[in-house]
Amino acid sequence: MYNYTDFDTAYVASRNAQFRRQVERRISGALTEDEFRPLRLMNGLYLQLHAYMLRVAIPYGTLKSDQMRQLAMIADRWDKGYGHFTTRQNIQYNWPKLSDVPDILDALGEVQMHAIQTSGNTIRNVTADHFAGAAADEIGDPRPTAELVRQWSTDHPEFQFLPRKFKIGVSGAAHDRAVTKSHDIGLRIVRGGNGQTGYEVLVGGGLGRTPMVGQVIRPFLKKEDLLPYLEAIVSTYNTMGRRDNKYKARIKITVFENGMEKFRDAVDARFEEVKRDWTGVNPEVLAHIEQSFLPPAFRNAPVDGYETARKADPVFRAWTDTNLTEHRQPGYAIVTVSLKAHGATPGDATSAQMRLLADLADKYGHGELRISHEQNVVLPHVHKSDLWALHASLKTEALATANFGLVSDIIACPGMDYCALATARSIPVAQEIATHVQAIGLEEDIGALKIKISGCINACGHHHVGHIGILGLDRAGVENYQITLGGDHTENMVIGERAGPGFAYDEIVPAIERLLRAYLDVREDASETFIDAYRRLGPAPFKAALYPDEAARDAA
Amino acid sequence: MARAFIPKVVTANALIEGDVVYLTADDIWSRNHAEAELIEDEAHAQLRLLKADRQRDRVVGAYLADARMGDHGPEPIHFREAFRTRGPSNYAHGKQEAGNV
Repeated sequence: MYNYTDFDTAYVASRNAQFRRQVERRISGALTEDEFRPLRLMNGLYLQLHAYMLRVAIPYGTLKSDQMRQLAMIADRWDKGYGHFTTRQNIQYNWPKLSDVPDILDALGEVQMHAIQTSGNTIRNVTADHFAGAAADEIGDPRPTAELVRQWSTDHPEFQFLPRKFKIGVSGAAHDRAVTKSHDIGLRIVRGGNGQTGYEVLVGGGLGRTPMVGQVIRPFLKKEDLLPYLEAIVSTYNTMGRRDNKYKARIKITVFENGMEKFRDAVDARFEEVKRDWTGVNPEVLAHIEQSFLPPAFRNAPVDGYETARKADPVFRAWTDTNLTEHRQPGYAIVTVSLKAHGATPGDATSAQMRLLADLADKYGHGELRISHEQNVVLPHVHKSDLWALHASLKTEALATANFGLVSDIIACPGMDYCALATARSIPVAQEIATHVQAIGLEEDIGALKIKISGCINACGHHHVGHIGILGLDRAGVENYQITLGGDHTENMVIGERAGPGFAYDEIVPAIERLLRAYLDVREDASETFIDAYRRLGPAPFKAALYPDEAARDAA
Repeated sequence: MARAFIPKVVTANALIEGDVVYLTADDIWSRNHAEAELIEDEAHAQLRLLKADRQRDRVVGAYLADARMGDHGPEPIHFREAFRTRGPSNYAHGKQEAGNV
């Protein structure tokens, strides 16, 4: 895994020292809030409904065990003993005091972490496939690319005041687990005709107010051209992007309004200019990055004990059936640790859970952890002979929920329980759906299903690409929830369709139950998932379940 | 006819903790909505907001929020403001924890 160079360490330390002095000046009153706001946002510090919130970057969702331990320490010492993992592979602390934030940033610096560019109109934390370096379907590891992009984009002098925020996601596998098509730029590592790997470059994706699926701007980009090409795209956007209207400022609108052809031509022209002056990446820097992501020393050991334990322990078997993903190394598995115990807040982890995960990563997982955009923690390299012991330990901190990919594995943004932008709550809706579906005993029968909940139109909860999406709105001073159906977050991204009028807070869980029961009624057999049934039948039977009165009227 | 003025309270977040605060009639920042000054006059509301804005070393993000008189003092009208008087619904944190509702 990547270790900071002296340059990285010195840079983060100097930024932290700078921010410490800015905080002092704000507290003394020397800086007004208007002057201070852009400075704090550059360092990931928001003001939310009840308190400040510090958003800490977890670059490409990768954590070392000592970093996870430090996140736990920060939660205990300066927050309320927990952290919230987000859909952008960050961790958010919901209760820091302004005066403590400089110390928190120094503590992060001790373990090579920071909160730089987790806000503001800059290139944000670069996200990647959380199964990177482990997945069986991987073409190339996305992490070295993501790290290179992180270094290039951090404090990039030309890109500190873009028209709007800018998100880059990287995937290196056939199956896109990094939602690259919802990013301003999506990079997919692909194999070219000559066998060499390069990038398929997507541009103009995004959810939010105007959801759009990213389009291919270049089907194959040579690896060595990556940074000059990214530079060309962002530079073109910086010039062509709109600054007159915040809601039309994202690159998706720039591409949409100008048309892909015109935008691509402008990027190509700029690319020629950039390339001419490009001196290349320092080969030592590149080598340091590439060496940092070599696979761990996998071991060859028998896995008989694993099968025996599976036969003997039905709880363990259920967990292995849901929470494991195929590893490329024989004898190994990728473990998804669910942060979605029924009734828990999606994405929240207590300091005790973080410490246990760090210890288990050291004991069974080569010290590596990942944070998925689906708000779970991943142990990417676990030998199958260790799974039973791992599972037993996870149970001690309520981390052994066997629901990865099921109804209760819900993405939910913080919503109006924390977020100043939210128009309705998300967390209690997720909690109630999860506990209700458990209470009625349908979770196992329903199988694979993605429910995604956002508490406002900005769509941090990815509701547009949920098989079932829920969007919380404020309708005349009352919380109201709109349902979208048929979304898909994968390489075949689809924006879900709005089902109809919204539901009141106390109607949304019953409405979801009607949907789930309708699916069970109409599916061909248990192998047909919700989304497959929806694709086969279209929205009609699901809408009829959501709006039974209307259906009855139509039938009359 | 001009629309009737909905009474307001001046609310903000405390500079250091970020906790929600309300301006009282005697110019104190209270953490309790019921102690807020309920402002019935639009011009007076603007003056009170200006006063709040000048206290940059104590509060941040002052604004006027709709409110009405209740049994124990002013109470919020919109659900967002009601949440701000309590804290989040998933944990007893914020004002619920401090027992300061």
